[in-house]
Amino acid sequence: MTHLLSVADLGRDGIDEVLRVADAFAEVARRPVRKVPTLRGKAIATLFFEESTRTRLSFETAAKRLSADVLSFAAASSSLKKGESLRDTVETIEAMGIDALVVRHSAAGVPQQVARWVRSSKVVNAGDGWHEHPTQALLDCFTVRQVRAEQGRDPRFEGLQVLVVGDVRHSRVARSQVLAYSLLGAEVTLAAPASLLPPSLEGWPVRVAEDLDGALVEADVVSLLRLQAERGSGAFVPSLREYTAGWGLTSRRAALLAPTTIVTHPGPMVRGVEIAGDVADLPQAVVTRQVTNGVAVRMAVLFLLLGAPGGAEGLGKEADG
Amino acid sequence: MAERERSHMGSVFVPRSQVLTGADVQRALTRMAHEVAERNRGLDQVVLVGLQTGGVPLAQAMAKVLEEAEAVEVPVGSLDVAFYRDDIGLRPVLPEAVTDIPGDLTGQVVVLVDDVLFTGRTVRAALNALGDFGRARAVQLAVMVDRGHRELPIRPDYVGKNLPTAREEIVDVSAEGVVIGTLR
Repeated sequence: MTHLLSVADLGRDGIDEVLRVADAFAEVARRPVRKVPTLRGKAIATLFFEESTRTRLSFETAAKRLSADVLSFAAASSSLKKGESLRDTVETIEAMGIDALVVRHSAAGVPQQVARWVRSSKVVNAGDGWHEHPTQALLDCFTVRQVRAEQGRDPRFEGLQVLVVGDVRHSRVARSQVLAYSLLGAEVTLAAPASLLPPSLEGWPVRVAEDLDGALVEADVVSLLRLQAERGSGAFVPSLREYTAGWGLTSRRAALLAPTTIVTHPGPMVRGVEIAGDVADLPQAVVTRQVTNGVAVRMAVLFLLLGAPGGAEGLGKEADG
Repeated sequence: MAERERSHMGSVFVPRSQVLTGADVQRALTRMAHEVAERNRGLDQVVLVGLQTGGVPLAQAMAKVLEEAEAVEVPVGSLDVAFYRDDIGLRPVLPEAVTDIPGDLTGQVVVLVDDVLFTGRTVRAALNALGDFGRARAVQLAVMVDRGHRELPIRPDYVGKNLPTAREEIVDVSAEGVVIGTLR
């Protein structure tokens, strides 16, 4: 793995590998000392040009549990404010000997551009505009697989019915989820008001639900999305109350779900809009579990980028013991 | 650690000579189990920890011997040292290689169990990893085969068989016995 820019870069085998390695790191999180020396001496910088608390904290926790040094770059106090170009900023940071850059930006494609500029650093997309948020989709898949295994059900994704509800149009999480779930063999259905669906779904491996209630009954996984008010989605619905009535997971709708159906949400949740307060507290809603798993999944991504040069190939002949 | 696993990765293990039979392995295991009980004057606070992947079945087999001989149930754990190695990236993270340490190790006597002792780097990594699970009173090392070529100051406390080998040879340990061969 050279960079993690899109779920599509990973392919099915890549996703499987991340989930598998994340299993091992989830065990580390249950130890009395939640730290391993795997990436000692490596430096990881988080470059967040857009506000984020949970994703940045999750990446930084992951890096620290791997014993990497973490540098935190806040765009607000950076030289960008003084007129430096993004490219110069990136080259300056890389020149300090940073091994990986975790990039979030409000514009789609910035991590891809950064990846073209760097010489040897690895780039991780931590969310770019409406485009992608790969680690979020990976931790969703990890959580679904884990919870289904605990339920004693088949943890494989083939034929799994995944229903993505809400502001798909402005959601980078939805784009990464559609790719990840469908690469793993699940069937993805979108449910949203027409104004919050992307202008074109051509080439998307998805169906669009005719009716939310019917789709909820069928779903094995319900992925709720937040209304992206900061990305202007407020203008796409008549009112929040109307949105909730039509597309929110209300208590009435939650009663339609099968008892084993898993409800995910990338956070931050807005209780009372896309999810009712009491629904968010149901055991099926695995939001805090997603946050916990996010650290293990990001550890896996950083490990595969920095700790396993050339991936896992050609390992057989190293003699030791 | 698990030379057999490696021989499956892209290369073919070519057996050359059988050094121990399955019965020999079982006898050596039985002897080592008794040595563990003898050296520690019983099995109070003794924990067996098998190194993934080759040491785990040996640790379980030793516990079985001890249960029959001493009527004591010795806790058995497993340890994967992949994240502690100094050659990270040279070996894969195996999905079946789980770490499962039974409780806090503080005050316990930990007997690390592995199939083959070679350079000593796996054991060094295991010692580092163990430190994160508590401060063991003592750590001892049991190996089925000591094949020499140490690169670190590490020696085993219990040895099934001392086996002089050439560096490029591969030693395969299983319930069916110990075989020396090469990779092709």
